[in-house]
Amino acid sequence: MAIVTLTIDGLAVSGRDDETLLSIARQHGVEIPTLCHLDGLTDVGACRLCLLEVEGSTRLLPACTAKPVEGMVVHTSTPKLQRYRRMIIEMLASEGNHHCAVCVSHEHCELQRLAGSVGLQSVRVPYLYPDKKLDATHPLFVMDHNRCVLCTRCVRVCHEVEGAHTWDVGFRGIKSEIVAGLRVPWGDVESCTSCGKCVSVCPTGALFAKGATVAAMEKRTAFVKYLVTARRSKEWVGDILEEGDE
Amino acid sequence: MTVEELGEIGDKERARQAKLEKRVLWCSAAGCVSCGGHKTRDALKKAVKQAGLEGKTEVVGTGCMGLCGRGPLVKVAPDETLYANVDEAAATRIVAEHVAQGAVVEDFRVDTTAPFFTAQKKIVLEDCGRIDAMRVEEYVAVGGYSALARAVCELTPEEVVEEIRKAGLRGRGGAGYPTGLKWAIAQKARAAQKYVVCNADEGDPGAFMDRSVLEGDPHRVLEGMAIAGYAIGASQGYIYVRAEYPLAIERLRLAIKQAEKLGLLGTRILDSGFDFRIDLRMGAGAFVCGEETALLRSIEGRRGRPRPRPPYPSEAGLYGLPTVINNVETLANVAPILTRGAAWFSSIGTAKSAGTKVFALAGKIRNTGLIEVPMGIPLRTIIYDIGGGPPEGAEFKAAQTGGPSGGCIPSQHLDLPVDYESLATVGSIMGSGGLIVMDSTSDMVDVAKFFMEFSMEESCGKCVPCRVGTKHLHTLLEKLAAGEGTAEDLALLEEMCVMVKETSLCGLGQAAPNPVLSTLRFFRGEYERRLQPSEHFQAGGGPERAGS
Amino acid sequence: MDKPERSPHPSGDNRFKLLDRTITRHHGAGNALIEVLHSAQEIFGFLADDVLLYVAQALKRPQSQVYGVATFYNFFRLKPAGKHTVVVCTGTACYVKGASELQHALEKRCGCKFGETSKDGEVSLMQARCIGSCGLAPVAVLDEEVGAKLTAAKLLERVEAWLGGGKGAAVGGASAQETRETREEAAP
Repeated sequence: MAIVTLTIDGLAVSGRDDETLLSIARQHGVEIPTLCHLDGLTDVGACRLCLLEVEGSTRLLPACTAKPVEGMVVHTSTPKLQRYRRMIIEMLASEGNHHCAVCVSHEHCELQRLAGSVGLQSVRVPYLYPDKKLDATHPLFVMDHNRCVLCTRCVRVCHEVEGAHTWDVGFRGIKSEIVAGLRVPWGDVESCTSCGKCVSVCPTGALFAKGATVAAMEKRTAFVKYLVTARRSKEWVGDILEEGDE
Repeated sequence: MTVEELGEIGDKERARQAKLEKRVLWCSAAGCVSCGGHKTRDALKKAVKQAGLEGKTEVVGTGCMGLCGRGPLVKVAPDETLYANVDEAAATRIVAEHVAQGAVVEDFRVDTTAPFFTAQKKIVLEDCGRIDAMRVEEYVAVGGYSALARAVCELTPEEVVEEIRKAGLRGRGGAGYPTGLKWAIAQKARAAQKYVVCNADEGDPGAFMDRSVLEGDPHRVLEGMAIAGYAIGASQGYIYVRAEYPLAIERLRLAIKQAEKLGLLGTRILDSGFDFRIDLRMGAGAFVCGEETALLRSIEGRRGRPRPRPPYPSEAGLYGLPTVINNVETLANVAPILTRGAAWFSSIGTAKSAGTKVFALAGKIRNTGLIEVPMGIPLRTIIYDIGGGPPEGAEFKAAQTGGPSGGCIPSQHLDLPVDYESLATVGSIMGSGGLIVMDSTSDMVDVAKFFMEFSMEESCGKCVPCRVGTKHLHTLLEKLAAGEGTAEDLALLEEMCVMVKETSLCGLGQAAPNPVLSTLRFFRGEYERRLQPSEHFQAGGGPERAGS
Repeated sequence: MDKPERSPHPSGDNRFKLLDRTITRHHGAGNALIEVLHSAQEIFGFLADDVLLYVAQALKRPQSQVYGVATFYNFFRLKPAGKHTVVVCTGTACYVKGASELQHALEKRCGCKFGETSKDGEVSLMQARCIGSCGLAPVAVLDEEVGAKLTAAKLLERVEAWLGGGKGAAVGGASAQETRETREEAAP
């Protein structure tokens, strides 16, 4: 481990070389949009929203997995990056069946918030209107695949934090789908402990508590980092009840 | 097994072959077997028996002889006469006239002084079509495993890496990363266990180079892997091979068993302190597993989804340990480099792209088949001299290299030298070696759609740009190909291509737009010709609607 | 879940013993999942739920992960194959020489898409990315036999010969297949 100095958006900053660029940027008040990233879970670099431009490199780097290098000059919000972020949100918006006005997560949805922050006015690609299911077989929770953005936070929290590994990703490509057990109804899966962690970390209204009404589903995600830190370091720090952490 | 004993095996086999008057070699590779190779073999054997030549002549199945479009192929050794289109009747005649009486059967003879043969340079394929892949003795008799012997008995691992680095060998899987550099990083990495992985997941549609090497000369690949293992300090190797290649799997299994029995794999190889095991791992039909991090996941028994690099596999690969991943053709070059030296290898090809490249030549061309050429050879030589040009009545339009990750090279670039850098300047890539010739009947918008469909279906679905982007690109291409697209659609297509290329996580997504960008660059007219007037134009009383 | 690991399959089906051999050869290691699924498909013809469940328990892997792996790879099938199989090569060389015409003709004749089996369970249509016979394009593999330089008419002639030849029920698989397919259709 060593301390390196680098420039992020013109700001001279320093950080440990085993931290990610995302973590260093956030410590210095530079906000980078993310979707698949969640503090406390392993990063997968899948949503591509946190891509950065690094001077001297032709490749864009994902902030959530890239490590700092001494003297690095990083830009987090160039016109090109903003354009790509908008297009990625367009991709996500067109992929599922997102009807914000009737969604339990309306006003509390990370996808909705991201669309606003990138200034998405209209989606130029055709909506795919996929034929997706809603699984309401679990006594406490509902999985609505129509609203799933395949960020795999639920899969990771269930495997890494709860340890049940009830969820995984089935199929591939545009047909990818989150599956419970051998793709059986959620309510039939013996491994599910009904802990609700997957519901809490879901950035959209894909996973929600039964009985939630429109715009009623607020998610709490800060507990993941709290739990992981407590288990790893035996230090009970952070605000577990913090609302809508970002 | 000592080095001396290895030499004795070779001597014994050579003496055995010298006693035979003739060896009749029949091509047992996929192409020839598909057009009746087994019937030809049976006819050859029957004729040899009837002529009472058993004991003086043997009938031997070999790897690919190259001229796949004119199979079944048969070669008579030692005079190396090649026969094409050998059906049962021809086989009977070849034995009766050539083998028994020494009279060449001109009706089926192939002129091996033609450019198809003389313009090639064989290193990787030097034994393909010459030896029986099922007998390790034949491989040893042509010098097999002597490079491994030299490595473990005479060279330090550092010297082996240095030799490969000096030779200028670059990855033959497509990207062309220097092999010596990869090995050096893995060698320096500190770990109790390291791995060598052979990428035999040849997924490019229209490419069968690796398959031919695995089926025709499997020991060459095992030897290359063992040398890599010695160089980096690995004791375990894996071959990740497509399940769609059952014959290659069978031959590799047999070859591994033979090598283990002779002490060429296993513990204390050739009486040295070096241990190396090789196991097979079967792929299961996922093109993305050609990407190295996805391939490693798959060997670990998981979904083949790539992860961001760094860390690179040479530092943290299989099970998090240092791993060298090389493609079949790359590994097949290793033994010849150690035997003949780095200087010899780097004298072939160009300064930056040393050695040869194997191509699977197919499409609208006279001589389809498997060829090996020195790097830097002009594309024109491959297509017109070796390939014989397009068949009667057809006109060359473009050559496609790199499959779904590559591009189409039009006629104005026919004099381009075929090496990594030159192909990149025209928006294509070397790729793993598929080279498909297209003529005027090929619709380039449809070609782009064909490759995009492939990428869409093979996308693992992990990252958003590739998962959703390839789907939208395919839909747009369908619309444009059907003559229903507008100028706005075309603009959106280009914009999305650049986005998918720059933002995707792995090589599959990053390269998926290449066939579109390349056809747009050279055949833009084919896209524009069928555009519908956009609403914007119509409102302004624009041009009349184009016919379909 | 409180079953002892590696209990014999309750059905007493001997084929599970065959599968056990592969599992033992890999010491029941989780990383052998793909190898074991290959072996299971070879033994059972396809990967039914009870087979996947058995593999998950034997290798101590989560069920969802086993399902995820089985559906990621094209080679694995979760439904039984038809009595006959046509694999059309869709490699670039075959594409250039008209493989899509072969595909359209087959889909029309069999009434199902590629990757599916005809309703009567007779013919499964599959595509391969490249079977390495580019010199003979377009090609298709009809029940292990390679058909070279095909035309739609030539290909359909071969398929008609199958369909005309014996309409008997598929060996032991017909009823199982029906229930399976009904279930699959009900799922989405």
